[in-house]
Amino acid sequence: MSPVVKRKRKKFSIPSKYLLLILTCVCVSLMAITFFTEYSPSTVNRLAGYIIVPFQEGVSRVGAWISVRVDELGELRVVLQENQELKQQIADLTVENTQLQQDKYELNNLRELYQLDTQYSGYDKVGARVIARDSGNWFHAFTIDKGTDDGLAIDMNVIAGGGLVGRIVDIGPNWAKVNAVINDDSNVSGMVLASSDILMVTGSLELMQDGVIGFEQLIDSKEQVELGDKVVTSNISDKYLPSILIGYISEINQDANNITKSGTITPAVDFEHIEEVLVILKTKQQIVE
Amino acid sequence: MKRNIILFFVIFISFILQTTVFQTFSLGGISPNLLIIVTASYGFMYDKKYGMAVGFICGFLMDIFYGSGVLGFYALIYLYIGAANGAFHQIFYQDDIKLPLALITASDFVYSFVCYVLLFLLRGRFSIGYYFRSVIIPEIVYTIFVTVFLYPCILFFNRNVEDIERGDNSIGKKV
Repeated sequence: MSPVVKRKRKKFSIPSKYLLLILTCVCVSLMAITFFTEYSPSTVNRLAGYIIVPFQEGVSRVGAWISVRVDELGELRVVLQENQELKQQIADLTVENTQLQQDKYELNNLRELYQLDTQYSGYDKVGARVIARDSGNWFHAFTIDKGTDDGLAIDMNVIAGGGLVGRIVDIGPNWAKVNAVINDDSNVSGMVLASSDILMVTGSLELMQDGVIGFEQLIDSKEQVELGDKVVTSNISDKYLPSILIGYISEINQDANNITKSGTITPAVDFEHIEEVLVILKTKQQIVE
Repeated sequence: MKRNIILFFVIFISFILQTTVFQTFSLGGISPNLLIIVTASYGFMYDKKYGMAVGFICGFLMDIFYGSGVLGFYALIYLYIGAANGAFHQIFYQDDIKLPLALITASDFVYSFVCYVLLFLLRGRFSIGYYFRSVIIPEIVYTIFVTVFLYPCILFFNRNVEDIERGDNSIGKKV
């Protein structure tokens, strides 16, 4: 009788090169699926929203709390002094305010007169807080703390401080990713308010460091556009609502083709310090319909 | 098992810190790349397979939240970085900090460079010198700076886990 040799069963494992191959295939097919089809990974988004977003919210709130406390300590002395000055200012402002209210009344009348109806200021907006920023250094998208549960949807416009911030490009139940107009992969069709010339506002990482956005394809045959002109979103854009302020022209250059001009725009929004934004609860498509 | 749970928390915490705290601590708009540190560390501390798995998870997280439209792009880059770091497991000794620093620097450089080529160069952004100066080099420097503090933590966690699991004091191999 030969002794029965009981071999220890080897633990099943895949060789690493096959694992690499399998995972590569998974990645490539995922890319293909998401690129060529309209499939949007809503289940993955939902899952991520429930696991990650609450923590991001918490941590950024704690971070904000700490930075506020630090600022408070440093500024206490300044604040006391400021308080005096501000009280003086309140008195001045009250006087000014009454005057302005009169002006506003007049302005409203004039608006009605000229039918410069505030067509787009009447939209419902919802406030949201920025809770996280893009983890890489190449793009400057950010995450806000509202999502489909709050009635948001992809392509809704996001504004802050009276200027255009960007639009929602990805969404989960309690978060939404906003692509800023200064982002390198963002293009917005804009219009110079004074002369109604159409131009293309193109985000660029190179210009972002200087705090400006680039524009191009401005056909300005009458040489009307000047430095400091207001640039708003145009009415031919299919994602952005018309007449939202983008910024002010800060540089104009003639292109080599002598037909179009390009240059830079100083944005109306301080993109470095965005903390709260407003989301317009209507997309351009809904309005057109 | 315990190792995997800790790994999960390390990735999780790194991602959250990277998207929140380190964005407010960013210097000149540049923040460090914690996920590369985690991916590379796990690659050379354990083996290729571990590196791949960690890289894939890290990249996939980035894809979900900050991917440029396609799912799986960052996952693929991180996957290969993890695998490549795993190849250096043979010459890794945990008392030596030079190899980890060199590997993490190289990983971050490769990652940034691939990102530049695929996301910027292909769209006709040719001023490579500018991007090197203002994104790639600062990111590497900042990442290395953070590595000096973060890497010992990762090492410490895993050393403790190894103690519990096996009763000896080496990571992944007997010295």
